[in-house]
Amino acid sequence: MTYLPTADHDELRAMVRELASERIARRAAEIDEKAEFPWDLKDLLASQDLLGTCFSEDHGGTALDTLAQTILVEEISRADATTSLIPIVQKLGALPIILAGTTEQKDRYFPRLASGEWLIAFALTEAAAGSDVAANTMRATREGDNYVLNGSKRFITHGSIASVLTVFALTDPAAGGRKGMSAFIVETDTPGFAAPRVEHKMGIRGSPTAELTFDDVRVPAENRLGEEGEGFKIAMATLDRSRLSIAAQAVGIAQGALDASVSYAAEREQFGQRVADFQGIQWMLADMASQTEASRQLTYAAAARVDAEAQDLPYWTSSAKLVAGDTAMRVTTDAVQVLGGYGYITEYPVERMMRDAKITQLYEGTQQIQRLIVARQLLQRAGVAKRG
Amino acid sequence: MKIVVCIKQVPATGADKRYAEDLRLDRAGVEAIINPLDEYAIEQALRLVDDGSVENVTYLSMGPEQASEALRRALAMGGDDAVLVTDPALAGADEWGTAKVLAAALDKLAPDVALMGMASDDARGSLVPGAVAAMRNLPLLSYGAELNVADDAARVRRLSATGYDWLSAPLPLVATVTDQVGEPRYASLKGIMAAKRKPMQTWSLSDIGLSAGDLRGAALTRVTDTRPPEEKPPTERIENLPAAEAATKIADWLTTRKLI
Repeated sequence: MTYLPTADHDELRAMVRELASERIARRAAEIDEKAEFPWDLKDLLASQDLLGTCFSEDHGGTALDTLAQTILVEEISRADATTSLIPIVQKLGALPIILAGTTEQKDRYFPRLASGEWLIAFALTEAAAGSDVAANTMRATREGDNYVLNGSKRFITHGSIASVLTVFALTDPAAGGRKGMSAFIVETDTPGFAAPRVEHKMGIRGSPTAELTFDDVRVPAENRLGEEGEGFKIAMATLDRSRLSIAAQAVGIAQGALDASVSYAAEREQFGQRVADFQGIQWMLADMASQTEASRQLTYAAAARVDAEAQDLPYWTSSAKLVAGDTAMRVTTDAVQVLGGYGYITEYPVERMMRDAKITQLYEGTQQIQRLIVARQLLQRAGVAKRG
Repeated sequence: MKIVVCIKQVPATGADKRYAEDLRLDRAGVEAIINPLDEYAIEQALRLVDDGSVENVTYLSMGPEQASEALRRALAMGGDDAVLVTDPALAGADEWGTAKVLAAALDKLAPDVALMGMASDDARGSLVPGAVAAMRNLPLLSYGAELNVADDAARVRRLSATGYDWLSAPLPLVATVTDQVGEPRYASLKGIMAAKRKPMQTWSLSDIGLSAGDLRGAALTRVTDTRPPEEKPPTERIENLPAAEAATKIADWLTTRKLI
């Protein structure tokens, strides 16, 4: 298995980098300040075919490999983490359909998702069920040819702007979340659905994080993904792959902060010399660069495991997300330090990057959950059975 | 209706430029791009395809093998196919040599419009379009802010001292456009993927009916000296003054230099 980028990957990176540096980076501060979803950049990414990279050419996508999709997210995130969530969530929401959908379901939804005409969101988390996914309480009750959904979801990225959702709800409450949860495709113009509230966040502020309510939302049975009771399995298989996008986002944020630090240190003079000439700063920059590069390479290695359908995929994607997320937090914090007072104000991008970095340690599994996954995989490899 | 857009691969605008022993630009190891002014010609041609007045766009470049990268990038923006004229005898070609080769290649391609940028970013001679038109004995519509084509004629809208002039000429012809055309499009991902499958031909001098002897060493001119531009005097800034006072100072400055 190789994961070194090819000439095609380099070409994609150059294309996205040009777009990100010329069109996305200059919007980042305003998107953050106004906390407004960048519809213009959604349209731009769609027009450049960058929202369809996980869909087949038959469905209007470009079917890029996972490494290419990783590079895409990394390069957008380097300019603006909020905007990188547009392709990230388009894939996250679609993954349950990619993994468990029927041909009819794919034919029906993928063309509009690949073109960017429709946005999709992934509705799993509930107010009292974050890391503990199995504690979900939302219900889906079979009534003839329909399921009737009741309950609410929270912290759903793009939940208020998506045209369609993949939603997880209990079809067999007695069996609990692990065995009794099922997955559904829900179009958001269905009566009874609402997104009554959007959170005020520390970072990724242009990306709406919504509370969703379902009040007798009737979904045709043909919109169920997989069999009844397979919801938990589909959710976990989705997250095993999607968290790699968050690793890529984290690598991009770290690289953006490193770039800003290097250019600032090369220009700013104090005590009669460039800040970059102080060894204390050089050591910081070297640590930031090498840690970012290590995160990138681990993320690429994990990307190769997705396409190779590695048995121990969770070990790789959780490790990548864990290392890259912590690195992004550390590197952006150091970037603020390198810029000093200027790093703390909105005139420079690094304080925004520091706020954006924090979410990569929280969503799609907290760092603590990632450690749990890595440890379980590690013990499985060693043949140490789980106790209790 | 068929357009051939002539493009040149040039060193990236911000790249460090070095000169070889013959005082010509050393292109080895320097990041190369499509001449930015040619991108407006590409954009103009593709807009004519978008509005249905042109059916076929071919790109033509003269240069070393690596100029095929520029042609591939152009094909990623749109268009149908590309031709690279490359030959060892073309090393060191000047404007005359370049025009001679492009004219011969265009004779073979026989487009309705041969479209070019207004200048190249590296040499800025702006001589090639006129020379090609003269060698092919065709009209030249130059410096268009916009190009239209109709059944048997083309016209350009050209910025003048008092507004715009419309100039038209019968087809076939040679035309150049400026950056007034509008921002060149980005290549889309599907465009990049499709470009890999679009036909690209490589022609030698003999393919266009020329010999090394016809080129007379590819150049009639010789570079005798290169030097960096002289440093400009420091900019005088008039800042932090009330508007009326600042305006007076600027007017005085211009008056003493007899500029107003």
